[in-house]
Amino acid sequence: MLIFGERINGMFTDIGDALRNKDPKPLQYWAVKQEEGGAHYLDVNSGPAIPTDERVAAYEWMVNVIQEVSQLPLVLDSTNYNAIEAGLKVCKRPAIINSCPAEQVKIERVFPMAIQYNAGIIGLTMDKKGIPKDADNRVAFAMELVAAADEYGLPMEDLFIDPLILPVNVAQEHAPEVLESLRQVKMLANPAPRTVLGLSNVSQKSPDRNLINRTYLAMAIASGLDAAIMDANDDDLVDVAATCQILLNRSIYADSYLKVFRTR
Amino acid sequence: MSVTLVKERYSSKVGEVVLGATPEQGGTRTATVTVGGDSALPFLHFEGQMPNRPVIAMEVTDVVPAWNEMITKQIGDVINDPAAWAKKCVDEFGADLIYLKFDGADPEGENRSPEDCARIVKEVLAAVGVPIIVEGCDDSAKNNEVITAIAEAAAGENLLIGIAEQDNYKSIAAAAMVHKHTLIARSPLDINICKQLNILINEMGLPLNKIIIDPTVAGLGFGIEYVYSIMERARLGALANDKMLSMPIICTVGYEANRCKEAYASEEEFPGWGGLEDRGVLWEAVTASGVLQVGASILVMRNPTAVRLVQKNIADLMSK
Repeated sequence: MLIFGERINGMFTDIGDALRNKDPKPLQYWAVKQEEGGAHYLDVNSGPAIPTDERVAAYEWMVNVIQEVSQLPLVLDSTNYNAIEAGLKVCKRPAIINSCPAEQVKIERVFPMAIQYNAGIIGLTMDKKGIPKDADNRVAFAMELVAAADEYGLPMEDLFIDPLILPVNVAQEHAPEVLESLRQVKMLANPAPRTVLGLSNVSQKSPDRNLINRTYLAMAIASGLDAAIMDANDDDLVDVAATCQILLNRSIYADSYLKVFRTR
Repeated sequence: MSVTLVKERYSSKVGEVVLGATPEQGGTRTATVTVGGDSALPFLHFEGQMPNRPVIAMEVTDVVPAWNEMITKQIGDVINDPAAWAKKCVDEFGADLIYLKFDGADPEGENRSPEDCARIVKEVLAAVGVPIIVEGCDDSAKNNEVITAIAEAAAGENLLIGIAEQDNYKSIAAAAMVHKHTLIARSPLDINICKQLNILINEMGLPLNKIIIDPTVAGLGFGIEYVYSIMERARLGALANDKMLSMPIICTVGYEANRCKEAYASEEEFPGWGGLEDRGVLWEAVTASGVLQVGASILVMRNPTAVRLVQKNIADLMSK
């Protein structure tokens, strides 16, 4: 189970301000803090804080300042592929591109770039028309992405299918469909693609965010989730991930398993 | 029609551990011994690397052992002198390491003093050039005193010292750390305690490449299948990047095999079992080759004839 720390995102006020002021400190603070919490990767997203025409330079700067303090690999999160490519050029460790929907034009842009920079891809089970309501259509999009990986020669374990979870307070019917999608995606190929969710989305604007995140994470891992973009500093949430490893017999139990899960 | 072999790919490998230290490294050994490093299941050379062959440590005790005559007669007069006995094991029987056990330190036996034990270790170190494994006695309080004294007297030699167990590991782990030795961590045929003990020792500050796992084994016919399953689980864990189970494994084969009645009862007592001489050798050799198949890196053995058989078995299995 891989944890992609979500906190370096311009949607958060401190990161947004830091990006505007070119102040590396908040990015570096969260890089270190998320690693301590248990993150395996750091998601990096400028959000709307940076004007579109400055994003290329911004991603290069973000990657560089984070790598000054952290050895963790990065997940470059943007819809601007030139910005992602600028980041990939300076990444010291193989990164993951976040993201590519099941649209031919974008597949043609992203998959060769992933091969060139030895990067992984988060593939979204959606196209221009948006996110499907049910599992079947999500899996159909996943299949297109799996076929693209095959065509371009991307190793299947470097493809992370994201079946896209929506907030439970407005789109409750999606939650079980996403779980079903996870189960089916793991059967699309052998070796199977990996799976990922933007976990915190499930609890947007709900008062019991942490509880919803923790419960859904356990359900999703049992359904085949391999990675989550999540709050790496919610200790109880990280404990859930660690405990799932034990209860699914993926890691051998020891009394100190919670601590070991955080050891890098 | 050509057949493509299905190969397993693993994400990690067993850690490498170096035993002994040469004069440049602060010790007096003529050469060090490296164990571990496997990147596949044992001897599957087509799936991964096995850079270091399994090694055999021969058992030497500080007091004359109550072993059966089939073994003691091969050792001969030197059985009264640990240093000469160790030298014979290396020179004549080809031992890669010496395993020195201080049964005489037991308070209920000869109650040998820690200082006297340390003196014997020095004598054995002077007699042979191979790295040495040292274990104290079965009384844990006395064992701590003995091993602490030995660790200090042989500081820098990178002995492999034991035994650290879940309820008694701190003083011996500290001795290993301070005096630069490697530690045997023993668990009672329990994969979860095995992992937990490694975690606890590592938390004290001893690096993972200074730990050897003793999972506790059993002789042929006395639960070796269970031993096999535990060792296999540990090995698959190591290959799947479980760092807390990735240490090389030591197996006290000679001790366990020779506790089995089949290894010492006479033909007169059990006519259907055949001659003891061959039976005793085979019981130990087959126990050894069983655990070799599941990842033993260090075999602690007793019967020189069995050692010879297992040396050949290892050489055969290592040839590609």
